[in-house]
Amino acid sequence: MVDASSSAHGDLILKNLTKSFGEFIAVDDLDLVIPEGSFFALLGPSGCGKTTTLRMVAGLEEPTSGTIFIGKSEITYEKPYKRPVNTVFQNYALFPHLSIYENIAFGLRRRGVKNVDDQVQKALDLVELTHLASRKPNQLSGGQQQRIALARAIVNRPALLLLDEPLGALDLKLRRAMQIELKWIQTEVGITFVHVTHDQEEAMTMADTIAVMNEGKIEQMGSPADLYDNPRTSFVANFLGQSNLIKGSILDASGNSAVVDIFGTKIGLPVDRNHAHDSSVLVGIRPEKIRIAPVGTQMNGNILEGGVISDASYIGVSTQYQVEMPWGQELMVFEQNDDGTPPLSKGDPVILSWSPIFTFGLAGDQDVNAGSEAHPEIE
Amino acid sequence: MKQASRWFSRNLIRIYAFLGFAYLFLPIIYTIAFSFNNSTKSNLVWVGFTWNNWLNPCGAPDVCNALGNSLKIGVLATFFATLLGTMMAFAMGRYAFKGRSVVNILIFLPMATPEIVMGASLLTMFISFGFNPGFWTIVIAHVMFCISFVVVTVKARIASLDPRLEQAAMDLYADERETFRRVTFPLVAPGIAAAALLAFSLSFDDFIITNFNSGSVNTFPKFVYISAQRGLPPQANVIGSSMFLIALVIVLLGQFVGRKRAGVR
Repeated sequence: MVDASSSAHGDLILKNLTKSFGEFIAVDDLDLVIPEGSFFALLGPSGCGKTTTLRMVAGLEEPTSGTIFIGKSEITYEKPYKRPVNTVFQNYALFPHLSIYENIAFGLRRRGVKNVDDQVQKALDLVELTHLASRKPNQLSGGQQQRIALARAIVNRPALLLLDEPLGALDLKLRRAMQIELKWIQTEVGITFVHVTHDQEEAMTMADTIAVMNEGKIEQMGSPADLYDNPRTSFVANFLGQSNLIKGSILDASGNSAVVDIFGTKIGLPVDRNHAHDSSVLVGIRPEKIRIAPVGTQMNGNILEGGVISDASYIGVSTQYQVEMPWGQELMVFEQNDDGTPPLSKGDPVILSWSPIFTFGLAGDQDVNAGSEAHPEIE
Repeated sequence: MKQASRWFSRNLIRIYAFLGFAYLFLPIIYTIAFSFNNSTKSNLVWVGFTWNNWLNPCGAPDVCNALGNSLKIGVLATFFATLLGTMMAFAMGRYAFKGRSVVNILIFLPMATPEIVMGASLLTMFISFGFNPGFWTIVIAHVMFCISFVVVTVKARIASLDPRLEQAAMDLYADERETFRRVTFPLVAPGIAAAALLAFSLSFDDFIITNFNSGSVNTFPKFVYISAQRGLPPQANVIGSSMFLIALVIVLLGQFVGRKRAGVR
């Protein structure tokens, strides 16, 4: 039997990991290091290969090529029950014929632990469901089942805990509460969590590091703030939150701030935030970074003139505007309702401005809409 | 008149239900009632009430010998049909192999074949193999026609089993054998139990195939058929009623346990 607590520990290392199903390549030559003790999220739309990656780490899917290491020990072709890895399944997969107590004790018993009671009680305490120990899984609510699934995995103290869309079946309010709780539990137990999700908000709330996956490859990896503020590809810019991407060309990149021409207007782009390979660039700016004002207002920074409001929706904390620009593109602007001025209305001519430091530049040969149609739900 | 028709339309469903149940249960009520009939030769006309038949169920010549044979055959046929059928169901439900869809159709064929034809050809087969028809040829024939029903029943249960439960067991350090023992088997067991009950009742009930392949061995259905020509003893009704009551108790017990398991209180 395996003693998870004494076997392999360390970083999870994926090298050239590939999985193909016939012609379809689900995971494409993936290289990834997930540091021990971190809360890591694999974020992407359905079919991007994130779940397949997780299943290969769990041992439920065999890689076509490549290797998987935990610390110094290779587990690429190890049986699932011989890996120091536990999974929280998407629909929890609690054993319906066993009590909650026996569900949690399952892993300990299989590893030949003699006195399971102490550890099971601790795990139940951790998820605050001690009073439900004798119930059967179908007598529990979705949120409770979710926590039992977590307790059943954590009680084994694996080197690595895999979470496959663990909050997908819960309603919005419960999901928010569980996000905070999961993050707290991870800090408490110090196990490496690898979390697979298509929900960008969920990934950003919990993870230290996020890898955005698309078509079997990692588009970009970094902290939530890094990914949001400085995306490298249009897919990341659109999949994490929303972005305005405007076609432009770089006129001068000699200083700290490049000069970019967008449809006749010159704007500034910090060179260290420019990821274009040549002069063709997509200028990116997040909607909440743009200020909006009636024509004639004095503004500074990057300025775009000639816009007309084509749609305005008041949503309490902010007002969301669609502004049609002279070149036909609609830009999004989110304005905080914090200064007492009445919201602008549809048809008003406006001037837009933003601080150049928020501008990012992407390679100009990409699809402007990549990643935006992949949004599962906009909340 | 108007009031009567309103009463009628309000209670239409109840009347309909009553007639439906009467249709289903009148024959059974007759069976039970006539097990108390104080008849001497033929049990076709009501003579008078008596406990004697129930106090002496083996009173009619050969009835309990036939019943014993039926029970023995039923248990043996159920055991082998359930064992073989369950293994076949697992193979077909869990493994993708070449020709699986053909096997699926072949499994159905014995159910579709007319029993009378099957019985006759089984006898031909046994004789050409040099077997004397008797107890074991009945068992072999019963196992054969029960297997299909077992496979279909167990396979349905396996198909409804979430494969992630087995994956979760493997993830929680259970190897293949432990996973089967702790998760797969307990979850499929109700389907296997249902298949076994079905197999037993099919075997116990069978007359046509048995009649061809039994030689001189008597079974309960065969006993009833033969004695019906001379006058059926009321003991046959006693045994029939008992079987009905036992089945009823099993069904109620199953419902009760199922409810308790599901946590409905």
